Amino acid sequence: MTTTRHTRLSGLEPLVITPGLLFVNIGERTNVTGSAKFKKLIKEDRYDEAVEVARQQVENGAQILDVNMDEGLLDAEAAMVKFLNLIAAEPDIAKIPVMVDSSKWSVIEAGLRCLQGKGVVNSISLKEGEEVFLEQARKILRYGAATVVMAFDEQGQADTVARRLEICERSYRLLTEKVGFPPEDIIFDSNIFPIATGIEEHADNAVNFIEAAKLLKQRFPLSHISGGVSNVSFSFRGNDTVREAIHSVFLYHAIKAGMDMGIVNAGQLAIYDELEPELRERVEDVVLNRRLDATERLMEIAERFKRGTRDSGRGTRDELAWRQFPVAKRLEHALVHGIDQFVVEDTEEVRQGVTRTLDVIEGPLMDGMNVVGDLFGAGKMFLPQVVKSARVMKKAVAYLLPFMEEEKKRSGDTGKSNGKIVMATVKGDVHDIGKNIVGVVLACNNFEVVDLGVMVPAQKILDTAIAEQADMIGVSGLITPSLEEMAHVAKEMKRQNFNIPLLIGGATTSRAHTAIKIEPNYDTACVWVKDASRAVGVAQSLVSKELVDGFLAKVRAEYAEIRERHKHRGPGKKLVTLEHARGNRFTCDWANYAPPQPRQPGITVFDDYDLAELRQTIDWTPFFQAWELAGHYPAILTDEVVGAQASELFADAQEMLDRIIAEKWLKARAVIGFWPAASIGDDLEIALPPLQGEGRGGDGVGNRDSATRIVLHHLRQQADKPVERPNLCLADFIAPKEYGKPDWIGGFAVTAGLGIEEHLERFHADHDDYSAIILKALADRLAESFAERMHQRVRKEFWGYAPAEDLDNEALIAEQYQGIRPAPGYPACPDHTEKTTLFKLLDATNNAGIELTEGFSMYPAAAVSGWYFSHPGSQYFVVGRLSREQVEDYAKRKGWTLAEAERWLAANLDYDPD
Amino acid sequence: MSTLPWLHPERVALLEAALAQRILILDGGMGTMLQGHRLDEAGFRGERFEHGRDGAHEHHHDHPGCDLKGNNDLLTLTRPDIIRGVHEAYLEAGADLVETNTFNSTRISQADYKLEHLAYELNREGAKLARAACDKFTALTPGKPRFVIGVLGPTSRTASLSPDVNDPGFRNVSFEELARNYSESASGLIDGGADILMVETIFDTLNAKAALYALDTLFVERGARLPVMISGTITDRSGRTLSGQTAEAFYYSVRHARPLSVGFNCALGADDLRPHIQVLADIAESRVSTHPNAGLPNAFGEYDETPEHMANVIAGFARDGLLNLVGGCCGTTPAHIKAIAEAVRGVAPRALPALAQAA
Repeated sequence: MTTTRHTRLSGLEPLVITPGLLFVNIGERTNVTGSAKFKKLIKEDRYDEAVEVARQQVENGAQILDVNMDEGLLDAEAAMVKFLNLIAAEPDIAKIPVMVDSSKWSVIEAGLRCLQGKGVVNSISLKEGEEVFLEQARKILRYGAATVVMAFDEQGQADTVARRLEICERSYRLLTEKVGFPPEDIIFDSNIFPIATGIEEHADNAVNFIEAAKLLKQRFPLSHISGGVSNVSFSFRGNDTVREAIHSVFLYHAIKAGMDMGIVNAGQLAIYDELEPELRERVEDVVLNRRLDATERLMEIAERFKRGTRDSGRGTRDELAWRQFPVAKRLEHALVHGIDQFVVEDTEEVRQGVTRTLDVIEGPLMDGMNVVGDLFGAGKMFLPQVVKSARVMKKAVAYLLPFMEEEKKRSGDTGKSNGKIVMATVKGDVHDIGKNIVGVVLACNNFEVVDLGVMVPAQKILDTAIAEQADMIGVSGLITPSLEEMAHVAKEMKRQNFNIPLLIGGATTSRAHTAIKIEPNYDTACVWVKDASRAVGVAQSLVSKELVDGFLAKVRAEYAEIRERHKHRGPGKKLVTLEHARGNRFTCDWANYAPPQPRQPGITVFDDYDLAELRQTIDWTPFFQAWELAGHYPAILTDEVVGAQASELFADAQEMLDRIIAEKWLKARAVIGFWPAASIGDDLEIALPPLQGEGRGGDGVGNRDSATRIVLHHLRQQADKPVERPNLCLADFIAPKEYGKPDWIGGFAVTAGLGIEEHLERFHADHDDYSAIILKALADRLAESFAERMHQRVRKEFWGYAPAEDLDNEALIAEQYQGIRPAPGYPACPDHTEKTTLFKLLDATNNAGIELTEGFSMYPAAAVSGWYFSHPGSQYFVVGRLSREQVEDYAKRKGWTLAEAERWLAANLDYDPD
Repeated sequence: MSTLPWLHPERVALLEAALAQRILILDGGMGTMLQGHRLDEAGFRGERFEHGRDGAHEHHHDHPGCDLKGNNDLLTLTRPDIIRGVHEAYLEAGADLVETNTFNSTRISQADYKLEHLAYELNREGAKLARAACDKFTALTPGKPRFVIGVLGPTSRTASLSPDVNDPGFRNVSFEELARNYSESASGLIDGGADILMVETIFDTLNAKAALYALDTLFVERGARLPVMISGTITDRSGRTLSGQTAEAFYYSVRHARPLSVGFNCALGADDLRPHIQVLADIAESRVSTHPNAGLPNAFGEYDETPEHMANVIAGFARDGLLNLVGGCCGTTPAHIKAIAEAVRGVAPRALPALAQAA
């Protein structure tokens, strides 16, 4: 028996690198230095989404996952450990080995201490001399990892063939002879440098690498040759088509020479044979440095291949080539590319050739949508595209409906869908962008969706489900009180003996909340759906006779385990007593503090604010988030993964914005106010002066002839903090009453959603969910921009404490100004019910046309309200978990029972209420 | 690791010679044997620990004392006669190697009894007891040398799994802490005279990697090494370790330590372990070991596979050339070991694969 010397790596599963593998793909997107998107996710602590990036890499064929956290502002060691620990819990990611990538040895070591499998270090080199190199190699062996060796020594990085060989050979000898390192666990990275940079010395960069690969493979047949492939095309960043072509051509030649591993974007490797011939030839000239004018010739044609102009269906002759396809293929193309221009004529063409109209839907249309579903499932299409596909589908179906009605009258035959779902945003909540997207995606997958809209009472949802004989119910919501309402829906389903599944979704929902608070109320079937991309899988599992039992058993077991863990969860970080927290309040030199006096006290109303002005300060990043496109604006427009989609969506949004403004689709209204205030413990006392006459500056708190006292209630952080970090409460930012200082608080309510309904109805009538969702998301953005703009004007004009402030849009988004505008229901003041007081003070319903629902959601949904604080030390914070002691205290202050307080603060409780 | 000299070269030579000749027999379960003595709380405490804390340890006078019943490793100090008796019973039954009573003798595991300061002492004394028993039997039959395996258990924590499902990134033990634990315990085992160290019942390969890291560091510090055995645990019929690895992935994760043997023990009976032992036998450059449970526990948590059945299954492993070392884990007794020893007698051990030089 013999064992061959192959490199044997492991995650949860083995990876044996045999010559049969040809080329090992190392996923590169989980690298903060190479992916702007990943960097943003890590910096913003959005690790859930960062884990999804890893999952995509594995799904797209990465066989090893490269993880790099080297970024100046990050604690790279901590980020490496956190990320590796998180992916260790995801079997479909952890199955493959990890490459711990850092230029800092301490980060590499921290990473190696997290890997149960045999991973790879990237990298070590002779840069700092033999001693360090040998010491690190010994440790790598002791940790049980393979290693990448960079062709780098005391003199610098190798760039010629000879230097590459010299350094690799010296490294190999040291490793195998002095350390006993297995030769098969050595991976040479002999430096891939950019080509076509315009600098003459760079022209041979690829050729030299390829030549060195050949010689290294001959000399060290057991070792491997790798490199960071995307470096080679660096000079074409922004033009993904050309970059991918360069990668493909480079790899084609480098692999032939002996390169057998590479750090690549596993999802985006173009196929050499499928490259456009002219492009391939010119790229090949550049990679192999075959002609002096190779770079110029590639530049000449590069623009033509830029993404975002392809497949948009808007015109040129080339782009209409698909019109020559057979009709079924044309429908597929129209669906995949979201082109509705010809869909009616194509649908009619198919209809004429079938005996039953339904066959058009169940045949070519569903086939096309299946392609869409598959591409979306594989991460090759993104939500905006899918919603556009749905628009095309709906148009086709709408065209066919009259024919089907006619046939049905004759035959009584009805088509069958995958299943029927009744969906609603629960009572008290008006947020529905996410729910609408889920509805569209389900409809694309042949589910019949009955959408009841927003603020739907539980009984209406249940009655509809019975009347429609629905197969499942889906409820959604954004604000925290909606969580309570969903638990209520579940309770009612149990009481009324329902036996269909309940799907839970929305931004504040979570697996843990569903498991702990909702499922126990309705044990038949409750399933949390993380986002639109998961909805189809869940719904299909639930309607499939073969899958449903296994799926539900799995979900139930998972939730039961979460509950069990929750019950036995450790004490966690202990909270401090309320007294202790209050003792550690934020304070300042109040005796010498002079609170700024508002220039325009009382109330100011803005009746029809200029939308064109608001357009200037839109923060676009959340707009893309609403479409599940991750990335920071404007970088997202050129992002390697979602850039093309983001650009197209952005263009559509701009076009609609033009019309919104020109045709006055929306009306923006606002009201702001300032009132004298003083803090008393964690409360704020507002003393309204007696009203005198009916002049400007009135407010909504009734007619009064004596001073009126109004109390605002706030909550205090109870986390155990060091002295230099106070336990914050918003009341801390207003001068305490005992100092007798004339301090002020402000309030605001703005909306940009007035008049939206008629346009939404128009889009719905036209089966155009895509436009409807864009409009809603834009109204949200305009409202946010309005809030930001008002805050700026408050600082500079109306309160006027920072008249000279001069910040650009980015600085505004980054909140680099004095003062804050926290909103009730959000982390610094999580009690939604305080909005009632705010609305009364502002008389916001009359002054700005905004209503409060019984769940304290604002209508129109595109609205923002909150408090203004001016203190230079004021800051945003998260109140976090609250002890029973503070909740009891708060209940007393609010005049509530403990149970009421626990209901409204449910998301913040540190304990299980009785 | 491979470049250091052996700490006891003559014993390693004897061990290698025996391994080349035949399948060597490990001992069986310790817990099962101790249960038979039906010791109560006072029985576990003995004199030194009569107040539930260490009377010989001055810093511990002020703690109120814990229940010590169930701390089997403590019996090494309070009832050395019983532990030595178990070792001798297994040697009598035909074991070539006995495992020290140190499965839980790490700082982390003894912390449950507030006895973490005993970690080194428990290991040193545990090794001494096994050493004395082996030396006695080797003296009786010098042609059949007996060896002491110093046992390093898994500890009660896992380095690559979160104990909190809501926080998958959380860990309640670090690689460094585990390595410190293992280093201290291994020092005791070496000082007490162990011939071999075995990292066993590995639920989480990262714990084992911390142990192997600690051992390599310790050997370098001492300038000499002991052979290392590695034995993982396939927790259920899913065929994976608790931390999710397949048998093959597990082996690749620990292979850098160049162990004397690799194998699986515990959790499953011999029948269910077979496919996983087969995997190791196919790929491992080292020897292959197994010490299965006496079947799966029945409804009362007892193991009831008979010596005959177990020996019969293991004889099949041996005939198919899968084994170099074999014994028993939970529920096995000297009767099982005797039956297994007889069943594999005369069957050739698995041959070590030769390493080809070409890729």
